[in-house]
Amino acid sequence: MAGKDEATRERLFTRRALILGGTQAALVSALVGRIYYLQVVESRRFHMLAEENRVSMRLLPPQRGRVLDRFGEAMAVNRQNYRVMLNAEQAPNAEAVLTALGEIVPIADVDRRRILREMRRRRSFVPVMVRDNLNWNEVTRVEVNAPDLPGVSIDVGQTRFYPHGAFASHLVGYVSAVAENELTGDPLLELPGFRTGKSGMEKVHDAPLRGRAGRSRVEVNALGRVVRELDRQEGVLGSEVSLTVDMGLQDFVTRRMGEESGAAVALDVHSGEVLALASVPAFDPNQFTAGITARDWEDLQRDERAPLSNKAVAGLYAPGSTFKPVVALAALAAGIATPETRVTCEGHMDLGDSRFHCWKKEGHGALGLHEAMTQSCDVFFYEMSRRVGIDRIAAMARALGMGERTGLDLPSERGGLIPTREWKLKTTGVPWQQGETLVSGIGQGNVLTTPLQLAVMTARIVNGGIAVKPRLTRELTGREGGFVPRQGEFEQIGLPAQHLERVMRAMDAVSNSPRGTAFKTRIEQPGMAMGGKTGTAQVRRITLSEREAGQIKPEDRPWKERDHALFIGFAPVAAPRYAVAVVVEHGISGARTAAPIARDILLETQRRDPSRPRTTPERVAETPRS
Amino acid sequence: MARRARGLNVVELSLADKAWRINWILVLLLASIAAIGVLMLYSAGGGSLQPWSQRHLVRFLAALFVMLAVSLVDIRLWLRLAYPAYALALVLLVAVETAGMVGMGAQRWLDLGLIQLQPSELMKIALVLALARYFHGLTSEETGRIVYVIPPTLMVLVPTALVMRQPDLGTAALMVLGGGAMFFVAGVRMWKFATVIAAGLAAMPVLWSTLRDYQRNRVLTFLDPERDPLGAGYHILQSKIALGSGGLFGKGLLEGTQSHLNFLPEKQTDFIFTMLAEEFGMVGCLILLGLYALTLMIAFAIALRSQSLFGRMLGMGVTIIFFLYVFINVAMVTGLIPVVGVPLPLVSYGGTAMLTVMIGMGLLMGVDIHRDMRLGRHGESVTS
Repeated sequence: MAGKDEATRERLFTRRALILGGTQAALVSALVGRIYYLQVVESRRFHMLAEENRVSMRLLPPQRGRVLDRFGEAMAVNRQNYRVMLNAEQAPNAEAVLTALGEIVPIADVDRRRILREMRRRRSFVPVMVRDNLNWNEVTRVEVNAPDLPGVSIDVGQTRFYPHGAFASHLVGYVSAVAENELTGDPLLELPGFRTGKSGMEKVHDAPLRGRAGRSRVEVNALGRVVRELDRQEGVLGSEVSLTVDMGLQDFVTRRMGEESGAAVALDVHSGEVLALASVPAFDPNQFTAGITARDWEDLQRDERAPLSNKAVAGLYAPGSTFKPVVALAALAAGIATPETRVTCEGHMDLGDSRFHCWKKEGHGALGLHEAMTQSCDVFFYEMSRRVGIDRIAAMARALGMGERTGLDLPSERGGLIPTREWKLKTTGVPWQQGETLVSGIGQGNVLTTPLQLAVMTARIVNGGIAVKPRLTRELTGREGGFVPRQGEFEQIGLPAQHLERVMRAMDAVSNSPRGTAFKTRIEQPGMAMGGKTGTAQVRRITLSEREAGQIKPEDRPWKERDHALFIGFAPVAAPRYAVAVVVEHGISGARTAAPIARDILLETQRRDPSRPRTTPERVAETPRS
Repeated sequence: MARRARGLNVVELSLADKAWRINWILVLLLASIAAIGVLMLYSAGGGSLQPWSQRHLVRFLAALFVMLAVSLVDIRLWLRLAYPAYALALVLLVAVETAGMVGMGAQRWLDLGLIQLQPSELMKIALVLALARYFHGLTSEETGRIVYVIPPTLMVLVPTALVMRQPDLGTAALMVLGGGAMFFVAGVRMWKFATVIAAGLAAMPVLWSTLRDYQRNRVLTFLDPERDPLGAGYHILQSKIALGSGGLFGKGLLEGTQSHLNFLPEKQTDFIFTMLAEEFGMVGCLILLGLYALTLMIAFAIALRSQSLFGRMLGMGVTIIFFLYVFINVAMVTGLIPVVGVPLPLVSYGGTAMLTVMIGMGLLMGVDIHRDMRLGRHGESVTS
């Protein structure tokens, strides 16, 4: 029985074992099928996924293009920035390393906390910056002590540097970290440490200055650590921007403005090229690239002399008597001022119930346009304005470049205001009063201009009535393609030559005839004589009681209440090439404060003669710098 | 009881006879598989014999001696030792529950001072032995009766429950499936299997509630790998990418980007097949699977050839366990089943698992050596 039983069981076992074996074979076939599916059918897809895992794209930030002056002098460059980095992976005891490093390179407590925080947050092989902008001495000391500083390394980055600091800050502007609203999806902008232009030329030409980012394909492991570089495509250096400015002259102008608050602009009257454009006081743009401290920023913002504002293009001032050439041209154009026209100044003029005073209490007596300009008689211009009317004066002012932005390639330029009847009615709802015409005729009241507009107006008068437009960009060069701004034929304003000639002769006399308001500041060097017009703009109205009580000496008034001093000028008088406008805030008197500055600027400009034709690049290199 | 004399029936074998009967082809196959393991661990070490490759080789050579020693031991001794071995393994498993040290997030290791023991591994062998012993002791009539199915069912479920508590899903699956297969070949009625499977399905919700969070996650992630591509699904996804990107011929030794850039998890243990697939492609996979298939076929033949039910059951049990190791591991890394921690026999790095496999193989070879020995119900030799 046992044997039979044994045989039955063996048969059953064998049968079932074969079923089991068959099942196993089927399952193994399923595995092979699965492997075939993954490795042959879907191979391409998985291969791509593996590549995606393995390969990572890194952006190589391009070097920002330089900003140069018209002679190639550097105004914004890149400087190597030595930074101490700490690699957490190689520094198991980061605190101790930081303490040791602190002996060599001072580390503030705030930074120390930031470093430790960043080290905790980031992956251990991503180095954390301990401090940047090390000087050479610090670099060498860190390198020498390297064996005692595990995980510490020196790394070279690039930072923007402005060699002329505050002397060109309003022109060149500055760069700083990318703001949230600047993000366009361009991954370059998201690179840590990337900077974009925030003002001045850095902002205007930001795109070409940036250049194009390079790419590096690297192999990374699962943690994101770079294993090796696969290939690299170098970026393209940003374009270089050459300005029309002569940095030597810019330097001179800024220094000459000294401790005053104000602005000065020097133009080439034929090309409109801005040779110098200074707004003082200014700020040091290098503070911004390194990251300005909250206190310094507050100081800059609180300063009543507004160092952050570019007064040359954004400062609005009543032009005062520097507006008189405009009125003169309007009167000539209207046929109201003729060579025979005479007005008698008794020190004031009455219109209705109001009395309008001349700056000279005792009056100038009878005078024509030439003498009225030379001595800056207010009554003559009250009378001219009354007869010409505000709208014709405004048209002339606009033709000469006032009342709207000149279109200079700088951000933040403002347009100023040239009032008309229509403007008054529209903005205030009250009709224009004739008294306002009189006040406007001497550049007061609602008339507001920028120093740049005053310089443009002067240039348009002395260049034969050509509507030059000012510009700062001379050219862009670089591998990203150069670009020269349209030199453009400027339009003729259409003013008769003899009118311009008469006004110019009067402006010549302002500085060169003994009765002229700027005679004291004339240029005596032969062939360099300047013409011009002084201006003094009231900051606040002089009340009747003050006038009766006798004028308080202006020096005794608080700075904020003193009059603005203005001067517009050109040189040489024989064949004008350069125009300047100077505004000294609360400078008391144009003749006393602004005219000497303008004189020195015009003299220096003619000496340097930046508009001389440039022959060969060699000559450029030899150009002496002050 | 009719007793027939049989000339060929050798009662006692000399050591020389036994050595003569060792299946050297099987030894060669195992050595080839282990050699692939040594090569892959060399690659996993980044082209270095350290830290895994060399030790793997040394362990294999040591395990080879253990295997031969086990195979030469008289099979009747194993029959007698089956229950005590099972009892010992069970005690150790309970000990691990109480005194086990925690390693790899699960209580699997027992520190015996000199060596660290993984009782769940020993239990697999002990269970096969014990089941073989049990069914060997039954008549075919008894095998068909439900009362006699209860004790072996408990023999499977008790250690499974203990292993699940550790928690070690891989070993539990191995024991349940392996035990079930042994029931099947032993001749347990088909409808009983149907009942057990139905009951198992009914118990699923209960089972689900006893699973740990990470185990549930593994199952959920298996069902939908995109559910959490950076978390739990990451391993499966990366394994599939590595496998698929290997293509037909692979990227070459040490050139597997997924493996060497650490996208592949645990490449030296559970995911070593993926690494092989990435570096040697489908060709490499088929060679290794082919070696396993040959091994299984020989093992299968050995089991069928044995004259005793104990030998057949033991041989089949070892074969099934070996098959389950390979199948579960490869199915897991290819994304066919959820991630459960089952090593690839003789290729994955790990001492206890290697020892388990080699002891099992030793028992199988013992079955082969003693294939003509007929055994009585209680291990006595039958020389009828």
